[in-house]
Amino acid sequence: MNISLLFVALGVALMVWCLLISQLQTKPWVSKGLVQEQGAVSLPAPRVGLWVFLAVITSLFGLFAVVYNMRAEFPDWRPLPDPNLLWFNTALLILGSIALQRARSVSEKPNLDGLKWSLTTGGLLTIGFLFGQLIAWRQLTGSGYAFTTNPADAFFYLLTGIHGLHLLGGLWFWARANLKVWGNVAMYSIEEVAHLRLSVQLCSVYWHYLLLIWLILFGLLLST
Amino acid sequence: MAYVAFADNDTHSHDPDTFISKYIWSQDHKVIAIQYGITAISAGIVALVLSLLFRLQLGFPDSFSLVQPNEYYQYVTMHGMIMVVYLLTALFLGGFGNYLIPLMCGARDMVFPYLNMLSFWFYLLSVIVLMASFFVPGGPTGAGWTLYPPQSISPGTPGVGGGIVLMILSLAIFIIAFTMGGLNYVTTVLQARARGMTLMRMPLAIWGIFVATILGLLAFPALLVAAIMMLLDRVIGTSFFMPEMLSMGDATEYGGGSPILFQHLFWFFGHPEVYIVALPAFGMVSDVLSVHARKNIFGYRMMVWAIVAIGALSFVVWAHHMYVSGMNPYFGFFFATTTLIIAVPTALKVYNWILTLWRGDIHLTVPMLFAIGFIFTFIHGGLTGLFLGNVTVDLPLSDTYFVIGHFHMVMGVSPVLVLFAAIYHWFPKITGRMFHTGLGKLHFWLTLLGAYSIYLPMHYLGILGLPRRYFAYGDTDFIPESANLMNAGITIAALLVAAAQCLFFINVIWSLMKGKKSGPNPWRAASLEWQTPDTPPKHGNWGEQLPEVHRWPYDYSVPGATQDFIPQTVPANSGDAPQNEQEVED
Repeated sequence: MNISLLFVALGVALMVWCLLISQLQTKPWVSKGLVQEQGAVSLPAPRVGLWVFLAVITSLFGLFAVVYNMRAEFPDWRPLPDPNLLWFNTALLILGSIALQRARSVSEKPNLDGLKWSLTTGGLLTIGFLFGQLIAWRQLTGSGYAFTTNPADAFFYLLTGIHGLHLLGGLWFWARANLKVWGNVAMYSIEEVAHLRLSVQLCSVYWHYLLLIWLILFGLLLST
Repeated sequence: MAYVAFADNDTHSHDPDTFISKYIWSQDHKVIAIQYGITAISAGIVALVLSLLFRLQLGFPDSFSLVQPNEYYQYVTMHGMIMVVYLLTALFLGGFGNYLIPLMCGARDMVFPYLNMLSFWFYLLSVIVLMASFFVPGGPTGAGWTLYPPQSISPGTPGVGGGIVLMILSLAIFIIAFTMGGLNYVTTVLQARARGMTLMRMPLAIWGIFVATILGLLAFPALLVAAIMMLLDRVIGTSFFMPEMLSMGDATEYGGGSPILFQHLFWFFGHPEVYIVALPAFGMVSDVLSVHARKNIFGYRMMVWAIVAIGALSFVVWAHHMYVSGMNPYFGFFFATTTLIIAVPTALKVYNWILTLWRGDIHLTVPMLFAIGFIFTFIHGGLTGLFLGNVTVDLPLSDTYFVIGHFHMVMGVSPVLVLFAAIYHWFPKITGRMFHTGLGKLHFWLTLLGAYSIYLPMHYLGILGLPRRYFAYGDTDFIPESANLMNAGITIAALLVAAAQCLFFINVIWSLMKGKKSGPNPWRAASLEWQTPDTPPKHGNWGEQLPEVHRWPYDYSVPGATQDFIPQTVPANSGDAPQNEQEVED
C-alpha cells in the first residue's frame, strides 16, 4: 500500500514540478508585454485531454490496488487459482498493442496503405482478449469460484471487469477510427487525415497504457 | 504559442441556430454554466428545505410532528450530500468553472464542447436519480452523508431498500459527469489560453478552479471505488466492507470485510473534497477583494503557491476524520501534524486577503461585503479546525455539535458567502444588468448575522457534549434546559436565514427584468472577462479576434496611470501604463 501511495505521490510531485516550478519564479507584476512562458509545448488538445484522463484512471486503478492489498491481509482471504488462459489473453493484448503501435507508425507516413490492416488487427486482438477474459470468468464460476464466494474471487471479477470496461471504451474510439480508415481515404481532406492520424496515435497511447495496467493487475492477481 | 491555435480553432464551430441547440443541447460554455448553476441551486433549495424540517424537530421536539425519526435521518443525510456534492462542487466547478475559465483565459470556448455538454446532462441525470430516491419505497437513505457501512446497507437503517442503491448510482453518475467536465477545465487552462496569458498571469479564480479540478479528478475515483464495492456488497452480497455480524438477531451472509477500509476510501476522497470546494472559493474571493479594494492582490505568487500547496497537502490529511475509529497513535500523530501544516498556507492566504484590504480604496459594494464576510467566517471556521485537528482535543469533541459548527462555518457558510459574492460580482457580465444594491445589502447582513446566530451557539452546545445525529434529547442529565433554549434559538435563526434567501431570488428576478444596464465593465476590473466586445458575451466570446494579454490581471491604482485600473489587454507601452516600470521594480 505504502509503495503504491509513494508512487502516486512521486508522480504528482513530478507533474507539479514540471508544470509549475519554472513558471512560479516569474514576477507577473513586473513582466509586461506579450511574453510566453518558457517550455510551452505544442500539443493537440485531445492529446492533453487523454493524458489527463490517464491520470484519472491511474488514480482509479491505483486505489483499487491499494484496497486489494489491504483486504488481502484479512484472515478470510482465500486465493483462487488464476486460470492459465490469462497468459494467453495477456499475449493477445500485447500483440494488440504491438499492432496498434505499428498502425501508429504507418499512419505517420504520407501513404496510409497498411493502416487498415494493422489497426483492424489491433482491435480484433483486443476483442479476442475480452472474449478470453469472459471465458476465464466462466471457467472460474464453473469450478466454484463465484463472485460472492470469497473477497479474492470478488476482486478478481471486479478488477478484470473494470479493466475490460476501459478497453471497451477504447474500442468505441477504435471503431470510429476504423470506420474512417476503411472509407475512401484517398478522398479525405488534409484535416480529416490529420484527425485520423491523431485518433490512431491516441488509440495506441491508450492501448499501451491499458496494457501496462493489465500487466500490473495480472501481477497483483498472481502474487496473492 | 502553440495553444493559440486551439484557442482560435474554428474548424469545429458549433454556432447554435435553433432554440434547442442554443439553450438546451447547448455546447456553449456560458449556457452550460447557467444550466449547471440553475440545477445546482435548485438542488440546494431542496437541501435547505430539508434542513429547516429537521431543525424544527431539533428546536421544538414536542411541538411539531413534521418528521419521524426515520425521516430525520433521511433528511440529514440528503441535506449533507446535496449541499457538499450536488450544490457546492457542481456550482463552483460546473457553474463558475465553466463560465469563467474560457472568459478569463481568453478562449472561445472549452476545448471539448461536446464533452462539456454531456457533462451537464450526466450531472442532471445524477440529480434526478438522487431525487428519485425520495419516491422509492422506504425513501432515501438515512445513513448519514458519509454512508459508512455496515450500517448504511443493513436492515434497520432508513432507505436500505432502494434509497442507498440510488444514492450510490447517483454518485457514480456524478463522478462520470465531473470527470468529463474536469478533463475540459484542465485541458482548457493548459492549452487554450490567449496569447500572452501565461500561467502566472491567470487570475487567482482560475488558479483555484484549476487546482481544485485536478484534486477532483484524482480524488473522486476513491469515492467511485468505494461506491462500486459497496454497491456490490449491497446488491450481490460480496463482503468487501461488510464484517461478520448479526442483524436483528440472525447471522448475516456477510463475513470478514472491513468497514474501516470504506472509511479510508471515503475520506481519501472526502478531505480533498473540502478543498475542491474551498480552493475555487479562495480564488474567486481574491479577485473580488482586489477589484473592490482597487488594489493588486497582496502576494500573488504566494497565493498561487499556497493554492498548490494546499492542494497537494489535502491528500495526506484524510485520516483526521477517523481519529475515533481506532488507530495506531503514530498514525494519528502523523495526520495531526499534516493537518496543522495545512493551516500554514491557509493562514498565509488569510493574511494576504487582509493585507490586500489594508490601505485599499475599499468600495463596500455587495460583492465586497460578502467577500469580507467570508474572511470572518473562514477565520472562525479555520480556527476551530485547529482544535479538531489535534487528536486529544478531537476525541471529546468528536460527534458533537462543535463539529457541526466547525464544518458549517468553514465549508458551509464560507463558500456560500463566496458564491453570493461571485454571483453579485459577475451578475452584470452574465446578464448585462445590475442587481438592486439595497436588497443585496439587506440580503448580506441578514445572511451573515443569521449564519453566525445559527453556528456560533452550536460550538457551545458541542462543548457541553451535545451529540449530533440525535432525533431528540429528552431528559438527559448533562443537557441543561438552556441547551434546549439555545437549540430553539438556532432553529429560529435558521428560519430567518432561509427566509432572507428569498431576497436574493427576488433580486435576481427583478434585476433580470428591471435592473439597469450595467455596461461591459461596471466594476472597472482589469481581468479579461470584463473586456469582451459584447455583454453578455456572445457565442465565441471575443468577436473577430482573440484578445492579447499584456499584463497580469491586478493592475489597479498603478502610480502614474491615467485610470485606476489597466485592463490586461492594454499593451505595455501605451499611454496608460507607467514608463520605466521594469527598472523601478527590478
